[in-house]
Amino acid sequence: MNLTLKIWRQDGPEDRGRMVTYQVEDVSPDMSFLEMLDVLNERLTLAGEEPVAFDHDCREGICGMCGMVINGVAHGEQRATTTCQLHMRHFKDGDTVTIEPWRAAPFPVIKDLVVDRSAFDRIIQAGGFISVPAGSAPDAHSIPVPKNAADAAFDAATCIGCGACVAACPNGSASLFTAAKITHLGLLPQGQPERASRAKAMVEQMDAEGFGGCTNTGECTAVCPKGIPLDAIAQMNADYLKASPTS
Amino acid sequence: MAVTGAVLVLFLIGHMLGNLKIFLGADSFNGYAEWLRTAGEPALPGRTMLTITEIVLVVAVVLHMWSAVSLARRAARARPVKYAARRRSQASGYATHVMRYGGIVIALFVVWHLLDMTLGVVNPEGHAATPYDRMVAGFAPSRWWVTAFYVIALVMVGLHLRHGVWSAFQTLGLARGRSHRPLRALAGVVALVLVVGFLAAPVAVMIGVIK
Repeated sequence: MNLTLKIWRQDGPEDRGRMVTYQVEDVSPDMSFLEMLDVLNERLTLAGEEPVAFDHDCREGICGMCGMVINGVAHGEQRATTTCQLHMRHFKDGDTVTIEPWRAAPFPVIKDLVVDRSAFDRIIQAGGFISVPAGSAPDAHSIPVPKNAADAAFDAATCIGCGACVAACPNGSASLFTAAKITHLGLLPQGQPERASRAKAMVEQMDAEGFGGCTNTGECTAVCPKGIPLDAIAQMNADYLKASPTS
Repeated sequence: MAVTGAVLVLFLIGHMLGNLKIFLGADSFNGYAEWLRTAGEPALPGRTMLTITEIVLVVAVVLHMWSAVSLARRAARARPVKYAARRRSQASGYATHVMRYGGIVIALFVVWHLLDMTLGVVNPEGHAATPYDRMVAGFAPSRWWVTAFYVIALVMVGLHLRHGVWSAFQTLGLARGRSHRPLRALAGVVALVLVVGFLAAPVAVMIGVIK
């Protein structure tokens, strides 16, 4: 099939950027979205033009590197799917596809479709860990974890930090990401000592990065490739409210 | 947003129950209106309870609007460059979509409603009439357009509550785990009951059940 692509091109962080239209021919329906861009980039390279820069790594839907807003939807309209796992069979011959980077002030564009997501790392650094004595691994089952807590914590831990939640949120909020990390650690026994202070530190870091506030629109969970549920945000708010204002 | 919204929802529940007294007759309704002004007497001077309620409501409304404006401003700062493709909602929430516009419609409605029923400025019976007469005159069949405006505004209130009540549970950290779905359903019930309860009186007057 043949497609018309409208892609955001931006030479660097300081460049204003612009939408550029490309034609790609003979796209196989079995290609992934990124492979389709690879085809375009090979052609651009052969023609001596600058290829389109985009983030990617595992291409198995588990690393969280890839991500672009496809026709106005983060990771495209296929539910619970990363861009690398989105296949071209969901498009039709002759379609026009608009491709843009995540748009958020805390995610500055580095080049084309690549954004700097270090803001997420700083949120994790603020409290997304448990403080334990380092050394040899503890004995298995030395800390019993209830089955339902283990399941819920694991569901939250599937967050790959891709940033689609921020890209999709009309407020540019990072609440779903931050909530997933807070829920993941806060439900396990190992996470209890720092539970409230963790929530407070991570929420404050999220606000300091310049992300917007959550108005519970649910756009984040709808595009999340891992289907992190919205009640994680309620869990984050509950833990945050438990923290004393001075801790 | 959540705390001030909760104050306003509690007010709406009381307001609706008071309105429904119109179905018990003019004396019941006017007596209730009088009680609102004299509650607490003689221990407290007249209108004490009413004035306190009014102050709490004004403060809640102002803080609610201030929260909404600051959230909207934070959102604008968080996304200085907009998407070129029209962002399509993936969450299918019309109630969520109209929160901000709906809030403005509701604010304008409250202004009209106070001019109509409290101050009597735009009411055919004026301020001197009893509350019952003002209500019956205000929603007379010939003034169908007023009733239509009330219906539109109340549907907006319903949509606002549909998202707002659930969102408050979420913000206060209550809608987690097993309570998530029931609280979401409860928000829908609260919105529906309030809209139906508030529309009962104007519609009853318009179709002539209450004269």
